[in-house]
Amino acid sequence: MPDATFFYSLFLSIFVGAAAGYLGSLMVLEKMALVGDALSHVALPGLALGMTFHFNPYLGAFAFLFITAVIIWQIQRSTKISFEALVGAMFTLALALGILMYGNELEALEEALFGDISQVTLLSAGVAALVCVVAIVLTKLIYDKLVLVMISEDLAVSRGINVARTNLLYLFLISVVVAIGIQIVGTLLVGFLVVVPAIAAKNLSARMKHYALLSAVLGITAASVGVLLWNFVSLNLPFPGPMVVFVGIAIFAFSLIINWRLKLTP
Amino acid sequence: MTTVKTYVLHTDTIFGLHSIMVDDSRYILKVSNLCVKLQNQILLDHISFNVKKGTTLAILGPNGAGKTVLFRTLLNIVPHTGSVEWMEKTQIGYVPQYVTVSDVPMTVKEFLSMGNRTRVKDALDMVRLTNAGIENKRLGVLSGGQLRRVLIAWALSDNPNVLLLDEPTTGVDMDSEEPIYMLLNEIKKKQKITILLITHNIHIVQEYTDDLLALNKCLTFYGPSADIVKHDVQRQIHGEPVCVESIKGET
Repeated sequence: MPDATFFYSLFLSIFVGAAAGYLGSLMVLEKMALVGDALSHVALPGLALGMTFHFNPYLGAFAFLFITAVIIWQIQRSTKISFEALVGAMFTLALALGILMYGNELEALEEALFGDISQVTLLSAGVAALVCVVAIVLTKLIYDKLVLVMISEDLAVSRGINVARTNLLYLFLISVVVAIGIQIVGTLLVGFLVVVPAIAAKNLSARMKHYALLSAVLGITAASVGVLLWNFVSLNLPFPGPMVVFVGIAIFAFSLIINWRLKLTP
Repeated sequence: MTTVKTYVLHTDTIFGLHSIMVDDSRYILKVSNLCVKLQNQILLDHISFNVKKGTTLAILGPNGAGKTVLFRTLLNIVPHTGSVEWMEKTQIGYVPQYVTVSDVPMTVKEFLSMGNRTRVKDALDMVRLTNAGIENKRLGVLSGGQLRRVLIAWALSDNPNVLLLDEPTTGVDMDSEEPIYMLLNEIKKKQKITILLITHNIHIVQEYTDDLLALNKCLTFYGPSADIVKHDVQRQIHGEPVCVESIKGET
């Protein structure tokens, strides 16, 4: 019989999957799938700081993610160096810093990289779920604006959209969701939840409304079924992260086949 | 010279552009001594012109002349010196030269509904696409001409009184170009809107526009479009750039 921690984790995975899928649908549209994946690794030094100075490591992860995202965004705006190149550089720097900060604490490093659901409590799962809901609602409010910015920044400005403020809010929200997702799948795999449900949804959707919704649903499916399988199928995996990835990849492969057979999208 | 009375900005009407009331209500836009300099490079050099309400102004010039920069400045996107003064309560519809739609899972209906009050059917009607059966098609699969019309419909959906069109026939085959300008001309007359359009097509300038502004960082010609056939005007536009005085009275 699974313990309470497992049910809290399952509950949390549903909300993390929904938020990562929904917010990730924008990142994939912006052709920043790789960015979404790499950005999540930036959280590692923040987790290490939390562990060292005894505060919630996920707050540290969020702070590092958001500050790094803002720095990258500012450098990109003023130098025109591509976002991908900057994220690539920052991601490796963050990994190096994180490993340096963890030192000999290999077990803690492993938990940070691959997630640790043994620490999930009813309160932490509840708070995280609430934050995910708020992130989804706020993203819904700026979704059209971000899509318009992606279609043409000038077009968005011509309708009075404050592009800088909208992008900043999105970076803030994605940092929050990634920081929460780390608890379930770790820094190495959380980017997967942002990217893969969205690309699978894109294969199956001809409409924007369906795409965003389906991306959230597939995020829920990958995260929750992954956690369920990890608990019930004995593969000697210490963390649920890899199982979440396997389920997500299966969904993606299925979406490819469906699209190929039914030509759902041109 | 027209007397200009400066008004307080109305950000809700034209997203923070300078709003004025011109006592002589013939003008919708007055630009004077407009300069744009980015990273020590002069992109626009002391440009001055007026645009009369209900007219079409063509903006012509070689690549890199500053045409799109001028539009972006009129939209208040680019930092500048000099003044850009729009008539009070001016609502601008903008059609950019390039848009990224190929990879977006968005239908025409969804796009036209985005932030617009006009019904999708009415929007498509305005650009003669009602019977094209494209409402549920993805933006990425439209032909060049259809996409341009949809972008124009989107710009018109917010009930603008000015349209800024940056090369509105980009990606459109030659046969489909002229019908788009004919349509714009009809819309202009029917809805009494003012059009500023960037083009390279001299035939279009002659046939469908009232005034011409030739740019090459500075103004190289500013006058009636009909003058484009004159030899000295052609030389002014296509020869070695010679900056002209800003506004010499009216066009």
